[in-house]
Amino acid sequence: MTNASPLAPPSALLAELTYRCPLSCPYCSNPLSMGGRETEMSTQSWQDIFTQAAELGVLHVHFSGGEPASRRDLRELAAHCAGLGLYTNLITSGVGLTRSSLGELAASGLDHVQLSIQDAEKASADWIGGYDGGFAKKMEVAGWIAEEGLPLTVNAVIHRANVERAADMVDLAVRLGARRIEIAHTQYYGWALLNRAHLMPTRAQSEKAYAEVEERRERYKGQIVVDHVAPDYHAKYPKACMSGWGRQSMNVTPQGKVLPCHAAETIPGLEFWNARERRLADIWADSPGFNAFRGSEWMQEPCRSCERREIDFGGCRCQALALAGDAAACDPVCVKSPRHGLIAEIAARDSAEKIEGFIPRRIERDREKSSV
Amino acid sequence: MTTEQLTDASRPHLLRGVKLKNDQVRKTWVLLAPERYLRLNAISVDILQRCDGVAAFSSVVDDLTKKYGADRALIERDVRGLLVTLLEKRMLGL
Ligand code: SF4
Ligand code: SF4
Repeated sequence: MTNASPLAPPSALLAELTYRCPLSCPYCSNPLSMGGRETEMSTQSWQDIFTQAAELGVLHVHFSGGEPASRRDLRELAAHCAGLGLYTNLITSGVGLTRSSLGELAASGLDHVQLSIQDAEKASADWIGGYDGGFAKKMEVAGWIAEEGLPLTVNAVIHRANVERAADMVDLAVRLGARRIEIAHTQYYGWALLNRAHLMPTRAQSEKAYAEVEERRERYKGQIVVDHVAPDYHAKYPKACMSGWGRQSMNVTPQGKVLPCHAAETIPGLEFWNARERRLADIWADSPGFNAFRGSEWMQEPCRSCERREIDFGGCRCQALALAGDAAACDPVCVKSPRHGLIAEIAARDSAEKIEGFIPRRIERDREKSSV
Repeated sequence: MTTEQLTDASRPHLLRGVKLKNDQVRKTWVLLAPERYLRLNAISVDILQRCDGVAAFSSVVDDLTKKYGADRALIERDVRGLLVTLLEKRMLGL
């Protein structure tokens, strides 16, 4: 019996407060079709969701987006969560924060800031994020975070345009006084999948960057914690995506849809419920979308009888769909997948192409505007 | 390197952004930190509640030795073990 153990409460809620963002990173994990401001939930709806989340057992709330600082009520939301004893984390590009708004957030009880950087070098960073002056702004924001005494994590997504400087980004994070850095080699969903041919580094580049970052981990031990997400397409086993579907966390979209992960809606035929219409506890326990890939009943071979099935849960469902055409299949990143050969082919093919320019992330309305 | 930093005179404390919480839903104490939480056993809670940035490491150990009526060297080893782990994870200050 694989579904016999009682359902554990979620520990994390990723609140995608808005899809609006001044940057346009080509690997953004937001969906390709994004609703604008007029579709977003009200302050009160979010507060109600956070109250329910705390009752349900959520410990961490991550304010994300888009750029969460695009919401004027961010301070109110942070204060509400702090009042509930929730641990609050702001995942930000830094653009959109001011000295005083950051101070107000800290005073409202914000616990931690996660600041993204696109590269260790200004010109390249601004080009990747599609925003002039973005890098300088981030450096300034990091200084404010230090002044406030807030703990800082730097995030960096690694791809072909910055892979040579992965380790430099760790050095930069140390200079900025970060306690943690997340170095994530690009995972190909959403915009990243669309831009894969522009983002994929070669195997040699990936391996070199990986080794250099690991060397920094040792060098800076006790000074900065390095969380390193390995390059998927050059790996042997897949990642335990989201630590397992519907096991620990939920994402709430700006419109209130509750999902097991960013890309879950790309899987056709799954029914996801909305927190505007149902209680969060009911969604967690009973939403068909959450239950679709819990436990191991849904698994096919080779996962079903694999000794790693409780370690990586068969990998990523969205990637299985995108690459194997079946969301219940073994993630093709896995060496045991009959389609594993495809991964090496794609990686070799896509990494061979030149960087010409990304398809920039855009909210639909803006996309229409820019295409006329 | 972090092991040597922790001396009898150190005044260990949880860094900002690291918090003890009595989790009513899971019926256990947890340590909340950026992107993670650790479930704590009763001894770890006892240790961390004493790490207030005022008490010195040696007095934390003394106090726990009294409470548990156990061998001081053993207690010191346990306390040091936990604190060094948290130092390496950048969750603790001295
Ligand atoms: S990845 Fe880039 S574009 Fe997407 S939300 Fe974050 S900062 Fe904005
Ligand atoms: S066969 Fe499935 S469960 Fe086993 S390692 Fe591969 S993806 Fe994971």
